[in-house]
Amino acid sequence: METASLAIMFTLTLLGFWAATWVLSASQSESVIHLFLHPLVVGPFLVTIFLILLRIDYQQYRLANEPFFFLLDTAIVALAVPLYQQFYNFRIAVKPLLITLIFSAFFASISAAGCALMFGVDISSIASLAPKSVTTPIALRIAEKIGGDLSMTAGIVVLTGIIGAIFGPVLFNRLGIKDDRIKGFILGICAHGIGAAKALEISRKCGAFAILGLSATGILTALILPYIVLFAVK
Amino acid sequence: MLRGFIALLIFQGIGESIVYFGHLPIPGPVIGMMLLFLTLQARNQGTPASLESIAHLMIRYLYLFLIPACVGCFFLIKNNLEGWIIIIASVAISTFATMIIGALMMKYMLTRHQKKSRENS
Repeated sequence: METASLAIMFTLTLLGFWAATWVLSASQSESVIHLFLHPLVVGPFLVTIFLILLRIDYQQYRLANEPFFFLLDTAIVALAVPLYQQFYNFRIAVKPLLITLIFSAFFASISAAGCALMFGVDISSIASLAPKSVTTPIALRIAEKIGGDLSMTAGIVVLTGIIGAIFGPVLFNRLGIKDDRIKGFILGICAHGIGAAKALEISRKCGAFAILGLSATGILTALILPYIVLFAVK
Repeated sequence: MLRGFIALLIFQGIGESIVYFGHLPIPGPVIGMMLLFLTLQARNQGTPASLESIAHLMIRYLYLFLIPACVGCFFLIKNNLEGWIIIIASVAISTFATMIIGALMMKYMLTRHQKKSRENS
């Protein structure tokens, strides 16, 4: 019985993913709704409904889906490949790109934590909020290290990506930014994978810079944020 | 593809071991990713085909691997709606601010960089 229920809960995730990709391909790609129908919104939502209907609590479900958490770590290592393939783009202007990266990566995490602190949010929520611009698998591992809540971080990161991907192009228009390199790099830094998907719609070059931005932000934040938190706690 | 997958797992294992034995607060897979990146740079022969295909596959199915973590978030929202309004506001404000400042900064520096390299040539 035990293995049967594990298999059902594992399959539930696969079915949720399959349904979510189907919903995505059925929706109009030009509309804003399309971004809200992101597979990471629709899929988990459907799974949650089923879990509530079947009266399964989250801990049990999570246990059955442990293999996915492991593969997530393997996927982080796999990110080295696109980074390696896009790395030559860094050489066009090392200094401007590096300064933008360092500033934006830090500002993204510090401003979010600062806002939340101002509104009076508890410490564990702030730790979940801090890695918000980092690609989800890395963000989860950072949150784990600095005492955030894994599920909360996952939600916040996806939310950040969707907000960035929806409003990024609007902001760039308003600011008169036409350079695809800037659009891509900023989308990658601020809105990770979801931003990069949007950047790929703009142009190939835009997408390439987004991939560069997202992997570099992941590395930088993972290397430094835990030390900042350790220092702040002391 | 199998060889590529084994390579990913080896780098993942090395990364986790470094973090474990060095007592580092850094996520292990990130170390593994950096080591793989440095290895590819050092080899300087492009990406091996088996590694390339597995990396693409892993990244294509990234959303699938992320679903269980996101399900937890819906359970959290159900229990604490009020807290989430504040969080959404913080995320929106900080994302807008970062995008605006970052984009303007990069635009300014890129134009200056291009001017400089034109003067030099």
